[in-house]
Amino acid sequence: MNPSPAASLRLEAKGIAKHYGHLTALQAVDLCIDPGDFIVVLGRNGAGKTTLLRLLATIIHPSEGSLWFDGTPLAQCPASLKSRFGFVGHESFLYDELTVRENLLFYARLYGLADGARAVATQLEALELSARAGDLVRNLSRGLRQRVAIARALLHQPSLLLLDEPATGLDAPSRERLHDLLRRLHREGRTILFSSHDVAQGLALATRVVLLERGRIAFDGRNTPEAQAAVAAQLGSGGV
Amino acid sequence: MATVAATGWSALGRVSFAIAAKDFLSERRTKEVFNAMLVFGFMVAVIFSFAFEPTSEEAQRIAGGLVWLVFIFAGILGLNRSFARETLNECLQGLRLGPVGPGAIYLGKLLSNFAFMFVAELILLPFFGMFFDVHFWREPAWMIAILVLGTWGFTALGTIFSAVSANTRMRELMLPLLLLPLSVPLLIAAVQATTTVLRGLPMSDASLWIKLLIGFDVMFTTLAWLVFEPVLEQ
Repeated sequence: MNPSPAASLRLEAKGIAKHYGHLTALQAVDLCIDPGDFIVVLGRNGAGKTTLLRLLATIIHPSEGSLWFDGTPLAQCPASLKSRFGFVGHESFLYDELTVRENLLFYARLYGLADGARAVATQLEALELSARAGDLVRNLSRGLRQRVAIARALLHQPSLLLLDEPATGLDAPSRERLHDLLRRLHREGRTILFSSHDVAQGLALATRVVLLERGRIAFDGRNTPEAQAAVAAQLGSGGV
Repeated sequence: MATVAATGWSALGRVSFAIAAKDFLSERRTKEVFNAMLVFGFMVAVIFSFAFEPTSEEAQRIAGGLVWLVFIFAGILGLNRSFARETLNECLQGLRLGPVGPGAIYLGKLLSNFAFMFVAELILLPFFGMFFDVHFWREPAWMIAILVLGTWGFTALGTIFSAVSANTRMRELMLPLLLLPLSVPLLIAAVQATTTVLRGLPMSDASLWIKLLIGFDVMFTTLAWLVFEPVLEQ
């Protein structure tokens, strides 16, 4: 069981756009993430899901528009704001030549956790990784790496968890375990936003759906049967 | 956040040292930087000692240039690995998620690059002394100061260019192309100051070169610090 997360965080994206040279990855995106939301971002390959998540995680900056955290623009937020959200990307952000424990301890130091060793032990136990704590990351399977990446993102008890296609490359049992974990984290009070190109699985988990098409939000609403029908009609009910 | 320590200068120091300590641990396990630097340095020392058979006076004149030539190319071998390590599994993005500015990442990488190169220099220097029959430790305090200033300036500049070249296709070629031209003033100053030590001249003769080293270090450390965020963003 994870300890309680940090105070809830409200995140607003106002008119954000991201351009890479002549390529526009996102444009005119308005999105408000309220505490307690469990959001799936759906869209075809190249729709802008990864760019959106990286912008929300402040890894990249928008070309236009702004991000607001609890009513404060990002530019005026202290650096410590980053302690309030966790991000799991396509890649694990883990060092292959270090063990699971060494990786997590390093990130605990990065976040300045007062008792890093205890935080690491807690996450290892919560994600059933204790037995593999001494293994080098390079020797782990994709599923185990993903669990370590989630442990890394949860170390500092963020209230908002951003996950970019976390189920990609996982086999069915690992995917099911991941979904159970996300449900549990949401029940514990975390706000969760994850992207997925698997419509059926995304809709089975989330309480709110955001559909991206060519860098724009095509749909944003509660996960109701009507919303599911509309999204399925646009993307197809399986993967895209 | 009760669990998160105070930010500011203490956070900068904490994160920088955490990144440097992580690099030391990685290096202890893989030995990829040290092995490359030491083998290269030792090979060059052996080859030069066979290629030249200088008199004692000639050796004192050329040994300063030779050692810095070796240090610079050995240093490039190490710098090439510095950010390559961070690109695997996109670890650099993980560092950027931390609650500190990009300056802490730059400083952490600079600390580890400096330490790797400086330790390699301390190991290689006795071999050069032995092969060329010169005394690098005639003025130990000055020699250490020259090594520290020269190495800091080179790694301050090399760290930023290592980040620039890390995501390019021809990383190994790109880094020396970017780094060497800008390092020329630093190299000239380091070679001249080292030669002053080797020839047993009064260190006042090297004061201009020492000042140039200090100026180079301050200028390029500050510049690199300031431009590191847009470099990461790219």
